Amino acid sequence: MRTVFYLIRKEFLQIFRNKFIGKAIFGVPIIQMLILVPAITFEIKHVNLCIIDNDLTPESRGLVNKLEGSTFFVVKYSTWSEKEALAILHRNKCNLILNIPSGFGRDIGSGKPSKILASVDAINASTAQLSWAYLNGVISDYNMNIVTENINTNQVIPLSMIQVTNRYWYNEMLNYKHYMLPGILVILVTAIGFLLAGLNMVREKEIGTIEQINVTPVRKWQFITAKMIPFLLIGLVDLALGMIIGKIAFNVPFEGSILLMFLGSTIFLIAVLGLALFVSTFSSNQQQYMFVAFFFMIVFVLMSGIFTPAESMPDWAQKFNMVNPVAYLMRINRMVMLKGSAFSDIRREIISLAVIAVCFTSFAVRKYRKTA
Amino acid sequence: MPEKVITVQHLMKKFGGFIANDDLNFDVYKGEIFGFLGANGAGKTTAIRILSGLSRPTSGEVIVAGYDANKKPEMIKRNIGYMCQKFSLYEDLTVRENIILYGGIYGMKLAVIKNRVHDLLERLNFEEYENRIIADLPLGLRQKLAFAVAVLHEPKIVFLDEPTGGVDPITRRQFWEMIYETAAGGITVFVTTHYMDEAEYCDRISIMNEGKIVALDTPAELKRKYNAETVEEVFIKIARPVAPHTPLKGG
Repeated sequence: MRTVFYLIRKEFLQIFRNKFIGKAIFGVPIIQMLILVPAITFEIKHVNLCIIDNDLTPESRGLVNKLEGSTFFVVKYSTWSEKEALAILHRNKCNLILNIPSGFGRDIGSGKPSKILASVDAINASTAQLSWAYLNGVISDYNMNIVTENINTNQVIPLSMIQVTNRYWYNEMLNYKHYMLPGILVILVTAIGFLLAGLNMVREKEIGTIEQINVTPVRKWQFITAKMIPFLLIGLVDLALGMIIGKIAFNVPFEGSILLMFLGSTIFLIAVLGLALFVSTFSSNQQQYMFVAFFFMIVFVLMSGIFTPAESMPDWAQKFNMVNPVAYLMRINRMVMLKGSAFSDIRREIISLAVIAVCFTSFAVRKYRKTA
Repeated sequence: MPEKVITVQHLMKKFGGFIANDDLNFDVYKGEIFGFLGANGAGKTTAIRILSGLSRPTSGEVIVAGYDANKKPEMIKRNIGYMCQKFSLYEDLTVRENIILYGGIYGMKLAVIKNRVHDLLERLNFEEYENRIIADLPLGLRQKLAFAVAVLHEPKIVFLDEPTGGVDPITRRQFWEMIYETAAGGITVFVTTHYMDEAEYCDRISIMNEGKIVALDTPAELKRKYNAETVEEVFIKIARPVAPHTPLKGG
């Protein structure tokens, strides 16, 4: 054990003697949190509309006013030419064209069904669907107004409708910062775990210092442990920093146990550090390592469900996520932070992560060769 | 007959089709300074890495400090010191930090290491450098330090791979004084070099050429046998230097 202590001491001396890394390991997470948490949002705001109003009746103007009044839509252009509208859509100046044909107002007045046409830019399918849904919402609302007015004048019997009242659980204000922050915390510890330890190991190979270590009787597990522990601790300090920023800057609620979050991240970091050191045994220089580590990081992070729900991914992707440590921590962090899940709720995730951690770390120890 | 600390029989090392060590046979005795000579690319480093447990032989028997290099390389490592051809202490640590690290790795107690650091620095006239980062030290001092670290834990054998490459003559002389002192203390010194004047200081030398040992004896006996004034002459007579434009791998 004494040997491990000397090796860890050496790692810390080296990390903090490096003027850049010593500062960056604390600076990067702070900046990352402050930039990413508020910037990444799925909320749809400012959908730009182009209106072709061929009707020009109080009814059509009423609809346009209603759209202008919503927070989602901005009526940016209005034109009479369909061609010009399409050109505007093509140049990305607007996201949606609403075409109100002449006779719209007259049809409403006479009780006939009236038609309008919406053309949506669907390059981003989910934005398109959401804009369409919002548009639909505004229009049916407008519809209801007309129907209510008609009841008074024409005594038409309205269709009875099912009224749904909803309440959003766990994130009542639908605040995306609350949703993203636990995810960004995962990215933060992932970057520490994946990049620093692996690069450090490969650097020792590059400059040849590992040769002097390999010729000593140091045990393989001792050397690997000594490479893991400093970065594990740095990762946890960064996590704490990130959580403090989340509380102070974004006032994100911490429903669950902070200790449980640290437990999850500790096991996660061991898994990721194990994988990083395993990859480093294959790489002979930092460039090779970066390339492979970057590949793993991108795949793990994007498949983890940070941006898109992992449950909607194809079957094979969900199977892959069984060995994706990032996916487990993503769930753990969000469940504990936002839902206040207890250990019993995330036991399966914790156990899976622990199994992955043991596997990756033992791969790293086994693959590390002291005698070529 | 003095005690054998290294026994090598029919040692072969191949890298693919390339034979780096071709049927090496020799013994090294306790307390001797054994010189391993040869041109660049003759296979010296390959052999020294096998003897130190860093690389496995393709075939043949290698016993170092009583342990088989094929089966127990980690046991060999407990009993030897090794100084790499390429300087490989931590350049971003200070002299003192490097010494403490390696002392710690060899299982020495902190108090013992601290005493040893003091003695060692005094002996090397190094006191003023104790807290200097290695990157700031001149090459000669670095090499002396690397040697001191290699024998810090008092191993049975110390392997030095071209320890004086690029070092000035005065430092080279001081370095050899350190080697003598070490050998006098009972530590066997196995040293590779291509400075032929250094070969004269060895108890016995072996000359390697293209993976084979082509001569092995005391410097005096070799000079007599080849009717030469110096070891350098002996070397030129028996070893064909590799053409200078051929790409070479380290010694």
